[in-house]
Amino acid sequence: MTVLIDRIGGESTDAPPPGGGHGPGLYQKRKAIYPKLVHGPFRRLKWGLMGLMLAIYYGTPWIRWPRPAGAPDQAVLIDFAHGRFYFFMFDLWPDEVYFITGLLVLAALTLFLTTAWLGRLWCGYACPQTVWTDLFLYVERLFEGDRNARMRLARSAWGPTKILRKGGKHLVWLAIAAATGGAWIFYFEDAPTLFANVLAGEASVTAYFSFGLLTFTTYTLAGTLREQVCIYMCPWPRIQGAMVDRHSLQVTYRHDRGEPRGPHRKGDPWTGRGDCIDCHACVVACPMGIDIRHGAQLECINCALCIDACDEIMGKVGRPTGLIGYDSDEAVTRRSQGLKAVYRPIRLRTIFYGLALVAVCGIMTWGFLQRTPYQLHVARDRNPLFVRLSDGAIRNSYSVKLVNRSYQPRSFRVTFGGVPLLRLQAPGLSPDPTGVTVAVASGEQRSIRLLATVPADRLGQALTPAEVRATVDDPDAPLRALTARTMFVSDGAHP
Amino acid sequence: MSERERDDHSGVETTGHEWDGIKELDNPLPRWWLIVWYACIAAAIAYWVLFPAWPTLTGYTPGILGQSDRVNVANDMKALDAQRGAEGRMLEKASLDQIEKTPNLQAFAMAEGQAIFGNNCAPCHGQGGAGGKGYANLRDDVWLWGGGLTDIEQTVKYGIRSGHPLARMSMMPSFGRDGLLTPQQVNDLTEYVVFLSHRSAEPGAVARAAPVFSAQCAACHGPEGKGNPAVGAPNLTDGDWLYGSDRKSIHDQIWAARGGVMPAWVDRLTPAQIKAVTVYVHVNSGGSGPPSPAPAAP
Repeated sequence: MTVLIDRIGGESTDAPPPGGGHGPGLYQKRKAIYPKLVHGPFRRLKWGLMGLMLAIYYGTPWIRWPRPAGAPDQAVLIDFAHGRFYFFMFDLWPDEVYFITGLLVLAALTLFLTTAWLGRLWCGYACPQTVWTDLFLYVERLFEGDRNARMRLARSAWGPTKILRKGGKHLVWLAIAAATGGAWIFYFEDAPTLFANVLAGEASVTAYFSFGLLTFTTYTLAGTLREQVCIYMCPWPRIQGAMVDRHSLQVTYRHDRGEPRGPHRKGDPWTGRGDCIDCHACVVACPMGIDIRHGAQLECINCALCIDACDEIMGKVGRPTGLIGYDSDEAVTRRSQGLKAVYRPIRLRTIFYGLALVAVCGIMTWGFLQRTPYQLHVARDRNPLFVRLSDGAIRNSYSVKLVNRSYQPRSFRVTFGGVPLLRLQAPGLSPDPTGVTVAVASGEQRSIRLLATVPADRLGQALTPAEVRATVDDPDAPLRALTARTMFVSDGAHP
Repeated sequence: MSERERDDHSGVETTGHEWDGIKELDNPLPRWWLIVWYACIAAAIAYWVLFPAWPTLTGYTPGILGQSDRVNVANDMKALDAQRGAEGRMLEKASLDQIEKTPNLQAFAMAEGQAIFGNNCAPCHGQGGAGGKGYANLRDDVWLWGGGLTDIEQTVKYGIRSGHPLARMSMMPSFGRDGLLTPQQVNDLTEYVVFLSHRSAEPGAVARAAPVFSAQCAACHGPEGKGNPAVGAPNLTDGDWLYGSDRKSIHDQIWAARGGVMPAWVDRLTPAQIKAVTVYVHVNSGGSGPPSPAPAAP
């Protein structure tokens, strides 16, 4: 596997080491990167994806979703104050956080599978760091021009033009950052109300703090830190080494075709040399400031912009495109040995990731089908274990908790089974011979005390399995009858 | 400073550390990283100034913001008391019956009552309220002084033989010790009480004791021995015995009577707290009043 982790690159070996030769120095200044704008199918795809993802991020909190009975009508809302997570037709309660855990597991497995197939697809196209950096670079180009103009501007002395260009850029950056931080808080409160409150200065301290924090991080991470986030802060580049293998399709310089590289004058023959004319188009296009020709490396986010850059050059010099493209180590190695390239999308790790993905999807679906807005919990009193009444009958006490998470008030019909009952008591309520009816308001839970009495001569054992059953008067609920298993305890002796 | 080894490939100096032939490069840190580090140091110093930080021989540096977890906890407790007071006022206004029948009031009374019971009642009656020898079981259906809501509230408020003017008061005579009855009569009465509770007893003794029981005991325990909650006289015909059901225990009680003391809580608990613990005890005993009809056979 020709993975080469080489941040310095060939050309910088001649440069004096930082600190002027007297030791390594305490710090290393970030080397400014001026990525050149490229044109091509990948650039167009990335513009489209950027628009889509920004639209999702900014737009989602404003989608309305009608809900009954005073519940918020925001489609996606994380309501910390009331402990609810609303997501379109779903509303999750705090104890159902495992669905979100499941969603994260799904996201992780999808990431693993796509990485095993197509390398760092997430990093290159979908990661917010990439998307916002791309957006900030777009703004930078608007104010300062493309690579050469920006480098000239950086070298030039400070003057009105430079102040205007740089200042304008930072102002627009700040505006985008503020919009990003502003959109974030709308996920946690009703967006139209919060928007008005924020403008009127009446929103909570938490809202303003989150607003400020996200504005600051967006501005610094996308504006000034950029590739440093991916190289030094993000753990994923380290983890992805375990996901990719020789057969993963990654943005690859096909050295079998490109080498030996060298400058090429028009009219020179192409025999005896590679297709790479060493024009550095791929290097100047790279937002990470690396040379893809060194092979797969930690810094490469697989954004595919070097593919567009190289293809443009190949077209100009009249060679086939694809000197840089999605390819696997295995294929490149085999071709360089004169063998036929093989691709193996189906292999042990993709099968494993795929199966795990299907399994988690299945479990999640099953969980959602089992989900009911009603819950029944039964806790048997353990002190005293049982009570012997004056007529010798045995009584057990239970705390029965009924939860109604629907948008309507419901009544639960609670019955007790498994033992020959003499009497069922529910203090504060009026039980009838077969059970007790308990009304529970919408979105509430209610605890009742249930006391079950069994005639003394009917139990020959200390522990008798029993069952509390609650039937909800909801004709539409998929699971109307809830059962909870418990025990009936006695001394087990006939008196 | 001696010349350090330089890595051929990268041109970076090594730290001189080597493991299994692998040498560590001494790459400099990114500048922004160093700035963040200095900022953290500055924040730490600011923290020392603002918040309690350093121990001294007799205490600690308090910090100029005056932050104290003890004060915070005290404030939280005060807020909690205020909240409980608000809910407690709801209990004060409602009748015992209303509290028991209103779901949120019952829930609050049960929670509050459990805490009060655990703090004040559990030492004698047990954590679960099941009592013990000499201490009444509060979970069953036997009530010496009545098991209705107002009966329980009365007992909780003024206690039993507590010395409070309104306390529940009664005293069983010590028939043997004080010479009111002969030892033979006490033995016969013991057999009679065993007979009353539907157990086999010596017929001769029962016959001899019947007139003695009518003369000496029926005034409180009733002619059939079924007891009287007005004077706290226990029912002698059921299976519930405060001081034991065997012949020796019964004999001891007739010979030298014991009467337990329960303190009056009216001066120690607020009216709302008394209501809460009353409802708690009442609910856990199943609630007196007409029992629900028997269920249909399963």
